[in-house]
Amino acid sequence: MAQIELEGINRVFTLGDSEVHALCEVALSIEAGEYVAVMGPSGSGKSTLLNLLGLLDRPNSGHYRLEGRDVTTLSADEQAAVRSARIGFVFQSFHLVPRLTAVENVALPLMLAGVSASERGARVSQALKDFGLASRAHHRPEELSGGQRQRVAIARATIMRPALLLADEPTGNLDRATGQEVTALLEDLNAAGMTLIVVTHDPSMGARARRRLLMEDGFIRQDVRKPASPSLAADQPQTAP
Amino acid sequence: MSPADTLRFATRAALGYPLRTALMVLAMSIGVAAVVMLTALGDGARRYVVEEFSALGANLLIVLPGRNETGGVNPGSFVSSTPRDLTTSDAAALLRLALVQRVAPLAVGNSEISFGGRLREVMVVGTSADYVDIRGFGVASGQFLPPEDFGRASAVAVIGETIRAELFGNQNAIGRMIRLGDRRLRVIGVMSPAGRGLGMNSDELVLVPVATAQAMFNTNSLFRIMIETRGRDALVPAQAQVEALLRARRDGELDFTVITQDAVLGTFDRILSALTLGVAGIAAISLAVAGILVMNVMLVAVTQRTGEIGLLKALGASARAIRLAFLTEAALLSLAGALSGFVLGHAGAWVIRLVFPALPAWPPSWAVIAAVGTALVTGLLFGVMPARRAANLDPVQALMKR
Repeated sequence: MAQIELEGINRVFTLGDSEVHALCEVALSIEAGEYVAVMGPSGSGKSTLLNLLGLLDRPNSGHYRLEGRDVTTLSADEQAAVRSARIGFVFQSFHLVPRLTAVENVALPLMLAGVSASERGARVSQALKDFGLASRAHHRPEELSGGQRQRVAIARATIMRPALLLADEPTGNLDRATGQEVTALLEDLNAAGMTLIVVTHDPSMGARARRRLLMEDGFIRQDVRKPASPSLAADQPQTAP
Repeated sequence: MSPADTLRFATRAALGYPLRTALMVLAMSIGVAAVVMLTALGDGARRYVVEEFSALGANLLIVLPGRNETGGVNPGSFVSSTPRDLTTSDAAALLRLALVQRVAPLAVGNSEISFGGRLREVMVVGTSADYVDIRGFGVASGQFLPPEDFGRASAVAVIGETIRAELFGNQNAIGRMIRLGDRRLRVIGVMSPAGRGLGMNSDELVLVPVATAQAMFNTNSLFRIMIETRGRDALVPAQAQVEALLRARRDGELDFTVITQDAVLGTFDRILSALTLGVAGIAAISLAVAGILVMNVMLVAVTQRTGEIGLLKALGASARAIRLAFLTEAALLSLAGALSGFVLGHAGAWVIRLVFPALPAWPPSWAVIAAVGTALVTGLLFGVMPARRAANLDPVQALMKR
């Protein structure tokens, strides 16, 4: 059983009189631990697909099974619980809460999940140490560089140890060097077993993924798998769709 | 999200926009302070009047000349329209009634008092021996006016404490001759300090026999007749007896008014309570306005923090958690406003008491509780709508906003 199974997914937006098909009959299966890049021109439905996978949006029709469970029929609060436990988000514009320090931003998901303050403290400081942010723990986002901000955001996205990490243009607001650092960080998390799905415009980033989905007008036009690179082949076996 | 975390998160959110929060709290606190201060003023006025009348003593009937009443036209209206004066013989007749214990006629006027070259203007009250008991005054030294016939104009005077201090200083006043207007009177007593009462400062009065005062002011009429009845239960029947007697003495005409102290007190109490309620109501309008302000501020906060709300949703916050966070923030704002308004209002009442020491300007506790309660309730009530709006935001749309 694949981790993510999409079946006949349609998503239609109504803009005035016209209907826009953001997703058309999308069927997709992603195994746990995969590294997928979703690419395509603006308006091709990449972000809609990501929002759908992240349970932020609902399809007009079709089924989405996450870890074998049909999540399209869940109530909003049940979906929130699934997001909290299983899904991490990384955004292009970081989405850090400006009035909170790095520690507090990273602690947000734990706080929302009702984890006690003492346990939060331990987990957050460990995470900040792992991401090389220990010295910036009590700085607010405006006092951090772009790369640091995105690392705080990634720390926040992974603090609940989700199974699925969704990144929407994670390097879009970063310079090349910092972008590569962040990409490497995400790939390390993927190497540790987290499913990573990245929406990107950047062909070089897309090229690093082992599987690429090319989208156009709401359809998945291509689903390309790269032959396993020698360094990763040992621990990441490819699976057929 | 645990309650403690919700509280901390809401506090951080409120403190994250200090100017907005400060203005909001100010608006709310002005509303609460207005209620507290205005009711303090109204209730202070009520208590002032009640105390004034209580100072008169109990079981009291007061007879005033003239009558203010709408009674239609009767034959008497054409015969005489000017009220007959109250006289000392009326007072003497009243004394013979069964239910009447004491009677004190009052004739009042202004005159000059002088002693040893010192001279001042005083209020002269012509009355009888019973006055001191009716009003519950005390005599500090010497004696009060002697009990004698109302018609006897003895050349004696009893002076208030302030007058004694000003005219005699450290000297003994008893037995000295003073000049009051064109008369020479012997001081036979000094009143003990008693303070105010019905607008007269009794420490600044000179009391003389009623006939002496009438002769001095060249009049036959009385200002008032004060009657003390035998016990509290006798008040109402005594009022009827007094009216019947006086009416008989003036050919059946009712050209005087008999009031009881309770009736006057009750009326003032009612009027001023209504006044207090009225000003409290007016001040409460500012509380409602503050409530709407809370809503406005929270709606702005929701708009301002749309991105943050979207993020919280993406991170797994339930709609309830978001609603609670925003509701808590609104509650915190109104709580801070109510508390600072409470302090501000009490400070204002304190200033009023400082400026007008006579006015017991303490806010009644019902008003304080109502003001703080209304502030909290309106804050919460008007916080519900913005909180719901935040909780119902579409996460995708919210995240697109920055």
